[in-house]
Amino acid sequence: MQKIGVFVCWCGSNIAATVDVEAVAQASLSEPGVVFSTNYQYMCSEGGQSAIRNAIAEHGLTGIVVCACSPRMHEATFRKTAAVAGLNPYMVEIANIREQCSWIHRDKEEGTKKAIILARAAVAKLNRNVPLIAGESQVIKRALVIGGGIAGIQTALDVADAGYEVDIVEKTPTIGGKMAMLDKTFPTLDCAACILTPKMVDASAHEKISLFTYSEVESVSGFVGNFTVNIRKKARGVNSDLCTGCGVCIEKCPSKKAKSEFNQGLCNRSAIYIPFAQAIPNVPVIDRESCIKFQTGKCGVCEKVCTAKAIDYAQEDEIITRQYGAIVLATGFKPISLESYDEFQYNQCPDVITSLEFERICNAAGPTKGKVLRPSDHEPPKTVVFVQCVGSRATVECGKTYCSKICCMYTAKHAMLLREKYPDTEVYVFYIDVRTPGKSFDEFYRRAVEEYGVHYIKGMVGKVAEEDGRLIVQGSDLIADKQVIIEADMVVLAAAIEPDPTARSLGTMFTASMDTNDFFTEAHPKLRPVESPTAGIYLSGLCQGPKDIPDTVAQAGAAASKVIGLLSKDKLVGNPCVAACNEPLCNGCSTCELVCPYGAITYEEHLVVDHGVRETRRVSCVNEAICQGCGACTVTCPSGAMDLKGFTNLQIMAEVDAICR
Amino acid sequence: MRRVRDMMRSRAGELLKDGAVTRVLGWKSGEFYYDPTPSFFDTEESLDELVYNGFSAAMLSKYLIEATKKEGRVLVFLKPCDTYSFNHLLKEHKVDREKTYVIGVGCGGMLDIEKLRALGVKGIESMEELGENLVIHTLYGDKKFARGDVLLEKCATCKGLEHKASDELAVPDELWEWETSDRFARVSELEGMTSGERFAFWRGELSRCIRCNACRNACPVCSCNKCVFDNPRSGVIAKANADTFEENMFHIIRAFHVAGRCTDCGECSRVCPQNIPLHLLNRKFIKDINAFYGEYQSGESVDGKSPLTEFRTGDVEPGIVHERGGA
Repeated sequence: MQKIGVFVCWCGSNIAATVDVEAVAQASLSEPGVVFSTNYQYMCSEGGQSAIRNAIAEHGLTGIVVCACSPRMHEATFRKTAAVAGLNPYMVEIANIREQCSWIHRDKEEGTKKAIILARAAVAKLNRNVPLIAGESQVIKRALVIGGGIAGIQTALDVADAGYEVDIVEKTPTIGGKMAMLDKTFPTLDCAACILTPKMVDASAHEKISLFTYSEVESVSGFVGNFTVNIRKKARGVNSDLCTGCGVCIEKCPSKKAKSEFNQGLCNRSAIYIPFAQAIPNVPVIDRESCIKFQTGKCGVCEKVCTAKAIDYAQEDEIITRQYGAIVLATGFKPISLESYDEFQYNQCPDVITSLEFERICNAAGPTKGKVLRPSDHEPPKTVVFVQCVGSRATVECGKTYCSKICCMYTAKHAMLLREKYPDTEVYVFYIDVRTPGKSFDEFYRRAVEEYGVHYIKGMVGKVAEEDGRLIVQGSDLIADKQVIIEADMVVLAAAIEPDPTARSLGTMFTASMDTNDFFTEAHPKLRPVESPTAGIYLSGLCQGPKDIPDTVAQAGAAASKVIGLLSKDKLVGNPCVAACNEPLCNGCSTCELVCPYGAITYEEHLVVDHGVRETRRVSCVNEAICQGCGACTVTCPSGAMDLKGFTNLQIMAEVDAICR
Repeated sequence: MRRVRDMMRSRAGELLKDGAVTRVLGWKSGEFYYDPTPSFFDTEESLDELVYNGFSAAMLSKYLIEATKKEGRVLVFLKPCDTYSFNHLLKEHKVDREKTYVIGVGCGGMLDIEKLRALGVKGIESMEELGENLVIHTLYGDKKFARGDVLLEKCATCKGLEHKASDELAVPDELWEWETSDRFARVSELEGMTSGERFAFWRGELSRCIRCNACRNACPVCSCNKCVFDNPRSGVIAKANADTFEENMFHIIRAFHVAGRCTDCGECSRVCPQNIPLHLLNRKFIKDINAFYGEYQSGESVDGKSPLTEFRTGDVEPGIVHERGGA
């Protein structure tokens, strides 16, 4: 028989105002096993915790029920308290009489009645609790960063600087990500390449960092501290060890019809290419779709001109298996497709471009060598209209409901750069609101308006039409309360940003949950912003939500510090509330294996002894280190062989019985 | 059907003789003509007792669970519908495929003795099965029927005459094929009732249950080593019934346990001595699964996941129950 103590918390007036805490403490005394009960103003305070410790010692309690707030809040606190007093921490049950009772009731009598029932259920469960011992597992001291943009690079550098090995897997041929495409960065207007490329070099030169570019994560197994990942190194067609990066192959390649992805399709590239001059690694890739050799079998110019003999047409994809203790998702973003926005004529008029295309046009290393020229006729535009919130904060189906956060600032930057370089250009910006919360952000925007004379018009653009080589932009000016029509030479659309599409499959692979927009969700939006709910998976950069470069770098560092915290441990203590198989009852049907979202269940041939009958048969085995205790297997098991420690079927039935009593 | 039986006897004899199989699982005469009983045959001579006729409805797949635990290979005769249950047992690793040799036997639809009794048939001595015509010789003279009128419910709504698993077939060319009816027709009727009417219907049907466990024992999906109802730790046995509703719950829980796995073989209703239409509970699940997750036939193949053990982004939301006016 258990000796149970019940501790009822007032939570100041949070609970005590709607629940008669004294009555709850008194009522619980008549429950089976309860030998002591009390109430206190703040049970989580030192005073409350010492009352618990003293009662455990004085009454020889074998378990405690704390009637207080949600277990999410203080279960860990009270488990520690119990452990200090010599109790097994899993002999603690929380009756949530705050979120599930006092906060949702007004009537004190009703609230008290319900609190008594909730306490009763917790006592009934505790009567069936058994001490649980958590297992330990090793930590592999290497991290994997998926995505080689600024977020991934920063996280990798921070983790590597702490002395741990890091691998970066990047799906494109180079690291650098979207930031490498940018011209200047707000609000300081320093050039993106000047601050990024040194970091790219640092990452590639760091003795603790290995780069896997043009590679993708194929599959993952394992659990926090012990992940095994298969990485597909796609065939470059070029032997990285031999290539000297001289670039002759690129120069001589006769196929130059492929659109340059890096330049947003604004110019062409050869079939064998590096995305941009500062690419890391400086090893070309053969794009097999546009390569004449691969398509027709004839050509082979690059092989002939390569003095290093690095061209290898027969190269095949390679699968590399590596082990990691922690994984960081830094998969980044892309601008949304503007196919469905016919009102802006994006698909029809070459001079209607996205902001990222504008970045390339502004960039000295871009297709126009930094001269702002219209894509259609390569003439400098005299009037440029910027349209903000294209697909952001949208109420229509094709858009995104969220604010993309970066567009207000980069549009102000674009407008300012344009006015600075070409003071005779008229620049208009259509906006819904200008959002500038950030250090020196509002000053930056005001400079665009006040010093650079950019015309900001509050209102949306309804229609863009091409007439005699000019773009007729029709919009509304909400402040002047009138329609405006602007004859422009170029229209720049601030397209909403969305998570990179590869995030979805990675999310499934890593069981990292996502929100409705495919951004990865945090373990807690305020208190654990860089951790995924799945242990050992961390989030860095835009894959978690829209953010600018300063925020991304800050978050990348935060993710790195969490990774370092994990890798610095020699052993991890697991959660003992995991599934367990009752072998004599197990049928070996595999249903639990099929539903397990973590791959924690395998089947093995075991000798099963049931009432003297010995039989070797196939039974379910739970890897306690992988199991997250979700309980999917326990509800799917037809024979009831699977049970969850700490939440056994009997415990839950006891709670239900107590509530229905 | 007689031709099928002869094919079965001769092939079984050959396979036993050359040692390809050590035992044969088939049917032999029961106490009455209308109850051929599952039986093992291990010599060529004993095969003279092997019967196969319109009353060989009993499914043999489940007997393989124990049979394949023993040494040697078992020859089993499976009707088309029995192959679904066979596949399901393979999927759940209950039967060792290596230790089985499957002969898919042709089927002309199995006969419902209850329907025949209702038509006044008793004292059956033998029967001639001539395509769609049936001549039954009884102690009281011959009776003639159209086969389609006296088929078992599970055969009237037959899933099809294709064997979903077999090593070889014993199907004669000119086998009678019949028109099947909608297997969900009665489920739809029940769905049309108010919840009160439906509750009353099931209370009435299930009140006849004598807990003989025949449904559980015949069910190819109910193949647990130890059923939850026999497990003292489950908290449901050795307990005085609060009221008869608790007894009814046996069938509800059983239906939940086989949901997404039930092959719709219809054995539960066929073997029920109290004629409770238990298959309707399972068919309701099948109908809903088809509607919510796309058509799915358990046992159609050994591979693949059942919709209830698979998570897909397009999966039905729980709110659908509310939309459909359910409680």
